[in-house]
Amino acid sequence: MAVFSRGFGGRTRESSPDLPPGQFLTEDFPVLSAGPTPRIDTAEWSFSIRTETGAQHAWNWDEFRALPSELVSTDIHCVTRWSKLGTSWRGVSLDTLFEEVESSYDYVMAHSYGGYTTNLPLEDLLDGKAWIAYEFDGEDLDPEHGGPARLLVPHLYFWKSAKWVRGLVMMKDDEPGFWEQNGYHTYGDPWQEQRYW
Amino acid sequence: MTDWKVGTVTDTRTETPTGRSITISVDGWPGNLAGQHLDLRLTAPDGYQAVRSYSIASVGDATSVQLAVDRFPTGEVSPYLVDEVLPGDQLEVKGPLGRWFVWTPEDTRPIQLIAGGSGIVPLIAMARAHAMAGSTTPFRLLYSVRTPEDRFFADDLAALESETFHVDYVYTRSTPADWPTPPGRVTREVIEAVTIPASDSPGVFVCGPTGFVEAVARSLVDLGHQPQSVKTERFGG
Repeated sequence: MAVFSRGFGGRTRESSPDLPPGQFLTEDFPVLSAGPTPRIDTAEWSFSIRTETGAQHAWNWDEFRALPSELVSTDIHCVTRWSKLGTSWRGVSLDTLFEEVESSYDYVMAHSYGGYTTNLPLEDLLDGKAWIAYEFDGEDLDPEHGGPARLLVPHLYFWKSAKWVRGLVMMKDDEPGFWEQNGYHTYGDPWQEQRYW
Repeated sequence: MTDWKVGTVTDTRTETPTGRSITISVDGWPGNLAGQHLDLRLTAPDGYQAVRSYSIASVGDATSVQLAVDRFPTGEVSPYLVDEVLPGDQLEVKGPLGRWFVWTPEDTRPIQLIAGGSGIVPLIAMARAHAMAGSTTPFRLLYSVRTPEDRFFADDLAALESETFHVDYVYTRSTPADWPTPPGRVTREVIEAVTIPASDSPGVFVCGPTGFVEAVARSLVDLGHQPQSVKTERFGG
């Protein structure tokens, strides 16, 4: 039983079936990151997927942008309790990027420019659930929001959508990434409020 | 996952025209490291709840925590905490949370703190931890505020100043009467003039609004600081 806070009425009474428990709506696009924003020139950018055999599938910026892209309209939920509904992205589906990849491993570590990492089950990246996004609201993705390209896995808390992503490495076991070592939940389902350890 | 704990407000203090600090006694609070935050939950009489995260200004083993809150006019939690809450009122907290944006006395690097506005909260906790531990590691704080009235913890920071902790203020809108420089932002030149240089390999903690943190962190990297040695925390949109 929660204690009542005298004089607190709640002002906005935000309620929406699209809002997970403990979240509030924002019209802004707040930023959560651990250090300085890396500035990556698309001429230097590459993205790769590496498997247990050492096989590496890699794309430079032009090769990546030549892949078929999708327009994604989705809600996003940050562990710091803001949610933003109906955001608009353009990116390449991970299904497309994994087309030629063969691996028997079930987990993935996403690596970013700047050293950030986050862990995900492979099945959360496939079947139309995840993208490498490079546009937000029809504009190139700003560096502070993860540009030139970030992972977009909107059904999990947004720290899983690694900014400045540069590669995925297949893992046999689920090992914790950066925020997961620093207090955040290993999976991060917003509907289960999997925020912290 | 830790549970919600009942907190009772024991003290409030006006800090700025739009902000105040609040001390909350929490049954079973395990203590916290400098820089950690907590989740705070308010419940209305009809059961409606709102939860927000706040950095903690206090540090150590005590079973009370001090927060400082700036009123966000369109918010639903910060106006309550700044304008309504009184000693004796109850709310709930969960924490301490976060293991990244923290300083402990085992870290013997020189430390530069850079705060914008209410971003001072986790950084004063670090300055307090430094003083409590008797650490001789050099600490320096660069604190950017709009006007002298907008300083949170002005007296506490003055009391913390020592041979190993120095505070520099930057005023962006108006300065005290006898101030040597006109108001202005925390530019790369300001950072170069009044912070620990990259050549001393300091750890740097930056906290404030997103635009402030972006600009400061970029200047620090431009001035030769290793990105890995610059930790940031941001709030607002």
